[in-house]
Amino acid sequence: MKKKLGLIVNPIAGMGGSVGLKGTDGEDILEKAKNLGAIPIAPNRTNEVLEEISFFKESFNLFTYPNEMGEDEAKACSFDPIVLGSIDKGKTTSANTKDAAKEMLKLKVDLVLFVGGDGTARDIYESVGDRLPTLGIPSGVKMHSGVFTKTAKIAGKLIMMLLRGEVTTRLAEVMDIDEEAFRQNRLSAKLYGYLKIPYEMQMVQSVKSGSVPTEKEAMEEISWYIIDNMKDDYIYIIGPGTTTKTIMKKLGLENTLLGVDVIHKRKLIALDVNEAKLLELIQGRKAKIVVTVIGGQGFIFGRGNQQISPKVIQKIGKENIIVIATENKISSLRGKPLSVDTGDIKIDEMLRGYIRVITGYTKAIIYKVV
Amino acid sequence: MSKSEKFIHPYIPNSVPEIREEMLKEIGVNSVEELLTTIPKKLRFAKSLNLPKYSLTEDKLRRHIEKIFSKNKTCKDYLNFLGAGCWQHIVPVVVDEIISRAEFLTAYASNTYSDLGKWQAFFEFQSMMGELLEMDVVSPPIFDWGSAASFAIRMASRLTGRKEVLISKTIGPERFLTIKTFCKGLVSSIEIKMLDYDPDNGLIDLYDLKRKISTKTAAVYFENPSYLGLIESQGEEISKITHNSGAECIVGVDPISLGLLKPPVEYGADVACGEIQSLGIHMNYGGGVGGFIASNDDAKYVTEYPLHLVSITETKRKGEFGFGYCTFDRTLYMAREKGKDFTGTFVGLWTIAAAVYLALMGPKGIMEIGDVIIKKSHYAAKLLSEIKGIRVPFSPHFFKEFVVNFDETNKSVHQVNKMLLDHGIFGGKDISSEFSDLGKSALYCVTEVHSNEEILELVNVLEGVIK
Amino acid sequence: MREAIELKEYHAHAWNEPIIMEMGHKGERGFIIPKLEGEIEKATDDATHYIPKKILRKKMPKLPELSQPHVLRHYLRLSQQTLGMALNIDIGMGTCTMKYSPIINEELIKLPQLTDIHPYQDEITVQGILEIMYEFATIIKEISGMDEFTFQPGGGAHGIYTNASIIRKYHEVNRELGKRNEIITTLFSHPADAACPATAGFKIITLYPDPETGLPDIEALKSAVSNRTAGLMITNPEDTGIFNHMIDEFVAVIHEAGGLCSYDQANSNALFGIARAKEAGFDVCHFNIHKAFSSPHGCMGPACGVVGVKRELAEFLPIPVIIFDGSKYHLDYDRPNSIGKVRQFLGNVETIVRAYAWVLGMGAEGLMKVSETSVINTNYLIKKMLTIPGVIMAYPKQKIRLDQVRFSLEKLKEDTGVGTDDVSRRIVDFGVQEYFTSHHPWVVPEPFLPEPCETYSKNDIDYWVAVIRHICKEAYENPVLVKTAPHNQSISKINEKHLNDPKKWAMTWRAYIRKTRGKMKNNRNS
Repeated sequence: MKKKLGLIVNPIAGMGGSVGLKGTDGEDILEKAKNLGAIPIAPNRTNEVLEEISFFKESFNLFTYPNEMGEDEAKACSFDPIVLGSIDKGKTTSANTKDAAKEMLKLKVDLVLFVGGDGTARDIYESVGDRLPTLGIPSGVKMHSGVFTKTAKIAGKLIMMLLRGEVTTRLAEVMDIDEEAFRQNRLSAKLYGYLKIPYEMQMVQSVKSGSVPTEKEAMEEISWYIIDNMKDDYIYIIGPGTTTKTIMKKLGLENTLLGVDVIHKRKLIALDVNEAKLLELIQGRKAKIVVTVIGGQGFIFGRGNQQISPKVIQKIGKENIIVIATENKISSLRGKPLSVDTGDIKIDEMLRGYIRVITGYTKAIIYKVV
Repeated sequence: MSKSEKFIHPYIPNSVPEIREEMLKEIGVNSVEELLTTIPKKLRFAKSLNLPKYSLTEDKLRRHIEKIFSKNKTCKDYLNFLGAGCWQHIVPVVVDEIISRAEFLTAYASNTYSDLGKWQAFFEFQSMMGELLEMDVVSPPIFDWGSAASFAIRMASRLTGRKEVLISKTIGPERFLTIKTFCKGLVSSIEIKMLDYDPDNGLIDLYDLKRKISTKTAAVYFENPSYLGLIESQGEEISKITHNSGAECIVGVDPISLGLLKPPVEYGADVACGEIQSLGIHMNYGGGVGGFIASNDDAKYVTEYPLHLVSITETKRKGEFGFGYCTFDRTLYMAREKGKDFTGTFVGLWTIAAAVYLALMGPKGIMEIGDVIIKKSHYAAKLLSEIKGIRVPFSPHFFKEFVVNFDETNKSVHQVNKMLLDHGIFGGKDISSEFSDLGKSALYCVTEVHSNEEILELVNVLEGVIK
Repeated sequence: MREAIELKEYHAHAWNEPIIMEMGHKGERGFIIPKLEGEIEKATDDATHYIPKKILRKKMPKLPELSQPHVLRHYLRLSQQTLGMALNIDIGMGTCTMKYSPIINEELIKLPQLTDIHPYQDEITVQGILEIMYEFATIIKEISGMDEFTFQPGGGAHGIYTNASIIRKYHEVNRELGKRNEIITTLFSHPADAACPATAGFKIITLYPDPETGLPDIEALKSAVSNRTAGLMITNPEDTGIFNHMIDEFVAVIHEAGGLCSYDQANSNALFGIARAKEAGFDVCHFNIHKAFSSPHGCMGPACGVVGVKRELAEFLPIPVIIFDGSKYHLDYDRPNSIGKVRQFLGNVETIVRAYAWVLGMGAEGLMKVSETSVINTNYLIKKMLTIPGVIMAYPKQKIRLDQVRFSLEKLKEDTGVGTDDVSRRIVDFGVQEYFTSHHPWVVPEPFLPEPCETYSKNDIDYWVAVIRHICKEAYENPVLVKTAPHNQSISKINEKHLNDPKKWAMTWRAYIRKTRGKMKNNRNS
């Protein structure tokens, strides 16, 4: 049975960047961009990737959407794609992306390759969730999600390895920035969910092994460490992320993957809280915050967990912040420091410097925060 | 140019001043001092090293070392009956020839393509030992038998989740102290409990084993032959009792005995370990040792090995083999502190030596040498026991080494050995303080190297000495 | 001005040598044991008489049966298929210090006064070897500034484990063992600096390097230190070749917190007479005798990780310690606070004899030359390497390196898809040993770490650079050639998946046959 590769191109992703616009969501922005002479960059990115894998094209079937959503590029690289669905040529929208992804889900393709930015990732996520492996080729202005590969060449290698069953997958954050706020120079990011992507660390570090990655085990180990050291007189504010929510899963508690939950004496006391609720809960009580690294840019505060506001952090104190992350997550930062952006300069300053990151039951690292 | 700057050394090609100048110029500095500014002055060693300033030429060096070495008496100058973990065996010259080849001597850590020969030699060691042990997984040896046993015990602790090991009291002090160090932790250590032995035959007291074993026991470790040379014949019962409590049975062996003795797996051992020094490696004052770990081919065990494990694999060409490390990410190289214990540079050259040795010996050789050793040691023991005042307890089931008791003489073993020394004989190791319940005892070792004449000489001299 | 260096064609020996288990013929013998004398035969019973029946071996072991010249031929062929340092420009193996092991030293360690002495011989009869060990301890005390040494550990990791055990004992004696359970190390220190204290029971805190300097920041250290700190175990220069210029301040921070500092001196080739453990304030250290001290690597050992300690910690050293009473050398076992032993006997004594001979063969002047040349060679290499498109130096702000230097092929990877593992496999096609990439995890992407120690000439370095240049060019022009390397070796590319598949891996021939029964038709005789 031949493997199935799905290809969805967002033809307008990235067009805003070259003309100084921040993103191309919304039709009027697209108009604006076109008028400013913006040219599409997605097609080139797509071609680069397709060239990487064209040598192997006999070993899989390529499914894609019509015209500029993948068919054109595929044919230009001498592929013979199976074209699904229909579009309004020249007037594609995110609805088309979502439909394309839905079709691929129905077909149970082995990998959905999408070319675009955070917005495109969001669309894919809304249709597919983590039910299929996906991989993003960066071609947008906003790339805060952790679902993109660095270059076309790496993408090519990952795609083939995934189709051959040589790499496993892991979950990566889908994040998107509030576009309105962004254009008014306010940065406000939200964590939307998680896509399943090929596990690049196995390839990037050329680990000579096909053995099961220890990502899951690492998260469990970290969780056990946190749980075993929980003090009864503290409440624990658990931030969003797969690593942090493993703690709650180990305790058998309901939890919100993308939200902030609160535990006391190993029991759930609040689910998916906002800042106000947090401030109420910590009133007159001892509390600890447990957060992890969110997104491809390495943020521990300010992206996806704004509920843990500067006020909350100030009341709780830096010494009661516990940062957890698996070593693979840290490795994916390639030596770049962690970042904070709470919105309050003073709190950011307090958080900067070096922090201890728990990476295992008996391991921790000291990492820089800027 | 100062004398120092003109100093040219045959081992340092770029010590030639013209070359140095050229290189410094290319780097863009005037002197090496400019480069050394990367080390702050306060950390620089301000003086010159208080060592002999000038180098010794080959000839002078040889004479210097030979002079110092002349103060040593070798086991060829003297008649040697010492064993206890390091033994005098025949080293076939082909073994020494192979391990002195510069290709093997100076290779290190490279992979299977450029160092194929090394990898294949390791695999052949593992394979031949596998036949002796009848086990499918054998590691290349690390430091010594003591550390191998320690690592095996720690493996058992991880496998069972338990923190206690039972060890026979017949274990020697050096391996015991090594195991003790490795079993230690910070707050929780692997507790070592000692098993009594039967005072008549020196074998493990099964009642004591049953008494002391529990669901807290991770492993039972014993050696066969034991440190005292005794052949433990209760292996089946011991492993049964061990397994009934859910513990791992670990047995340490001297492979040169495996031509005669049943391999431990056949009486229930889960993990085997032991010493390779007897397989064609010179004693080197205790430096010729290496300890291996072996087990069945069960992934549960394989993934707990801390050591390097060489696996054969196929290549693109049909019928061609290559090699690599099996499950390398369980080691510290991939997993740092999450790796299984630690490993590192092991004893690769001795591994190759043992492989060549086993290849030369073949099945007949290894059986014959066992035969010769057991007969010679029993012959010597018999003659010694006929000397008035000397007893050889624990007969007749020993291999190569046996305890000689001097209680009925008026001399301590220390005194006896001093007198033997005057006659050019290294007497058996004084174990009087190691095993207080054995009284005045020594551990004698007789191997294939001892001729009839030499054994008779020992008997005669001893007889004279204790009168 | 750059002259084009012509690379020579190379092909490794390809003997297609069978596995020895498939060689030989029934009945052949490689060695005959001297026969038992008649008197002994007469006076003893059959061997089975001395062995209880249930422990008697029933089946003959299936060892191969070869005659002597065939064993020799086989292993000589295998040796020819091993690229020892002595045969090539072995600059690539960073942290390993692949230097010349003087042949005269190999002669000396073959003398019977070393090979044929037993570790339990009366002290009187081994004064020679004890003198050499004691004298070498004196030498290395001067080189390091430490007060007492042991040669028991069988390698660097073993030495680090010994140091971790000493730190553990120190805190135990001071009754702080329960409290002090953390050892701090850095990412670019050897993984053993993490794994060995973990084996000793400690929790490990790893400092990640500053992305600009490549060094751990002292602020990072300060935030890691607490009253739970037992000590610091660190390599310097680290595996990037960068010297930590604040190392003494690092030590001071740990001391203030009540911890001890252990110096991993595996990378000591550039420091002879230049910088010592003592001046930096370290409490314990270890050296790899099979690296900077010239003992040959031996296909991964035997080796020696000598451990040195400050006077106050000497009581914890493993037993025995060699002492000198003015006229005779003795083995001192009477040390109640010793950590015990980390292996039997005194250590890999042959390596110490070689190291002793090497130091005498260099002299103090020579040792300085070793280190100066090491530094010159490394910085010359950097100059040349940075002219190769696709190669960048990791942490470029640190312009001067000591004994080795970490490069990155990230640009090459991005441009061509060819990465460091591919280049490493291709390098051997030119008769040059593969290089060392990096320990894991890789913070520097696509890394490699050459170490041009003093054994290598300017021409050697130029040639090595030319090989790298050539391969990088190949990556741009013909990437498939590099990706499918090696091409000129004894074998073609291996299947690495088998190594981790329980159904496929095989550590012995018997396991291999069992798992592939029926598929194997090989029956080659030599």
